[in-house]
Amino acid sequence: MGLIQWATSPWGREVPIHISFGLLWVSAIGGLLFLVVHALYVGYWAKSAEAHSREAVGTGIASRVPERVARHSFGARLFHGVMALAMFALLFTAFLPKMGVRFAWVTYHWIAGVVLTISVIYHLFHATFWLDFWSIWPDRVDIEDAARRLRRALGQAAPAPRKFGKYPLENKLYHLAILCAGLAVIGTGVLMMSRVRTPFFTRDPYLFGFSDATWGWMYVLHGLAGIALVALIIAHVYFALRPEKFFITNSMIFGWMSREKYLEHHDPQRWPVGEQAPEAGAAGGSKSRVPA
Amino acid sequence: MAVIHDVMPAFELFQPPTVDDAVRLLGQYREDAWVMAGGLDTFDWLKDRIKRPKVVVDLSQVRELSGIREANGGLEIGATTTLTEVVRHPVIRGKYGILSTGAEAAASPQIRNQGTIGGNVSQDTRCWYYRAGWPCYRAGGNTCFADTPTAINREHAILGADRCVAVNPSDSAPALIALDAKFVIRTPKGERVVDAEDYFIGPGTDITRMNILRPGDLLTAIRLPADWAGAKFYFEKVRDRNVWDFPLMNVASAMVITGGKIERIRLAVNAAAARPLRLAAVEDAVRGKEPNAATGEIAGRLAVQGARPLRFNAYKIPLMRNLVKRAIGGVEQAAWA
Repeated sequence: MGLIQWATSPWGREVPIHISFGLLWVSAIGGLLFLVVHALYVGYWAKSAEAHSREAVGTGIASRVPERVARHSFGARLFHGVMALAMFALLFTAFLPKMGVRFAWVTYHWIAGVVLTISVIYHLFHATFWLDFWSIWPDRVDIEDAARRLRRALGQAAPAPRKFGKYPLENKLYHLAILCAGLAVIGTGVLMMSRVRTPFFTRDPYLFGFSDATWGWMYVLHGLAGIALVALIIAHVYFALRPEKFFITNSMIFGWMSREKYLEHHDPQRWPVGEQAPEAGAAGGSKSRVPA
Repeated sequence: MAVIHDVMPAFELFQPPTVDDAVRLLGQYREDAWVMAGGLDTFDWLKDRIKRPKVVVDLSQVRELSGIREANGGLEIGATTTLTEVVRHPVIRGKYGILSTGAEAAASPQIRNQGTIGGNVSQDTRCWYYRAGWPCYRAGGNTCFADTPTAINREHAILGADRCVAVNPSDSAPALIALDAKFVIRTPKGERVVDAEDYFIGPGTDITRMNILRPGDLLTAIRLPADWAGAKFYFEKVRDRNVWDFPLMNVASAMVITGGKIERIRLAVNAAAARPLRLAAVEDAVRGKEPNAATGEIAGRLAVQGARPLRFNAYKIPLMRNLVKRAIGGVEQAAWA
């Protein structure tokens, strides 16, 4: 099975046209294998290496943490829900026809794509100007703690990793991966819409002056990002359903997590909440009074 | 790209004697197999090296696929029955004249002697960008060369386009839809019977196919129910050369008129879209009305709603409007406008 489908253009050049859709199965099976391996790892090997320090938080700080720690604003949860629906609609409309389910999928696909694009634009502005933008990006502490965790998992001596900030490193890396794949499908998808009939474009495959090869690579990138999203979403659903992650899943549904979970997993220095949080916009401070 | 050769490319040829054998072979080779009936569409594809099947399953030896027989008060036409046999069959001429007329409008006498009814309804589109071997959507690529600001698209679709703007070229298909024919399909899982209009699919549903047949499937027969036998029929085909050409558009209607009013009607056009279109909205609009020029006018205007012309095929909109008008009101009452 080749990774890319090639064709001869009208000008006699070999150009890519699509990914090989067998890669869909590679992605799906890869995603499922990851679940199995992760479940085995967590069940049998990871027990000896704590994810982070169990050091208790001082009673002074703990007493200032509210019973319900706000984690995701309504706007952030609404974005997540809309994006998830659009993403599922996109994947089903893209891949069900490839699996032999026949329906007029293109219209549903581009409409879902437009919904996804609008929701992501909203998120970019919302996260940049109203949320704690940097809380989702890996920082130096995350890297150091990841190295500590790895060394301890391999049986080497290393200090205990610190508690997480607002988001665990895995969460941040997942966000980064979905950001890359999402922006790739959106960027290529918006351009590809010039090739189908929509209210936004007069259909014109020559609109941007791209060569056949450029278009081909665009389709390939769209396809690769699409199948990457299959594996990423399998992993996302898996983590959302793992019992020890329920408190995170619940916080995306209800917007808050309990005081106990906050103190157990999060470092109040890295994610200050309640009275301990500095004023939004204070120099060097977090804006975590506003849930992200 | 098309590379035209005088000789056939190499492939493995099977000539099964029974439908069961044919279906077994098609199930065995699936995407690698090519079904050949009369061979008139097949040989172009193969000699041009655009379609390159590993296996050709020639149906010419399957006797049970050929012939016309009475069934349940109607007729059953084997899929490999030639168009000439369909044209000349006395019951078809007498009771289902629209099919005889439609089949006779296809191609030339020589081609009708060899071409089959199954092949006529299952043939591929004539879009020359596609048939030239260009990597268009229908060929599995990622563009439509016929729907661009500079494309030559006089024969292409005004309705139902979805990325691909090719049209279905069959002349018998609209007649069969008007007659409410049933298509009998043998699949690896058994037999399936579908309405004629459901046999055809547009590019939105599957851009690389023109009908619902999947690899391994075989169209075995077409059944004409008795319901529309002896109805008032109308068939007209417009083409560039009257001696021998594919349709620019054709129309077929079957009407039952009671008390001077249309009691029942089925109406279809082809070469307007990638699939023959049954005009159900038009049927609903004219049912209960007199089949005259005024009703035809309403029908014609309704039929072209939603039509979107390409660069060179805007003429198809008045053409379709007038064909539908004539199919309802008759040639005498419906002047071209």
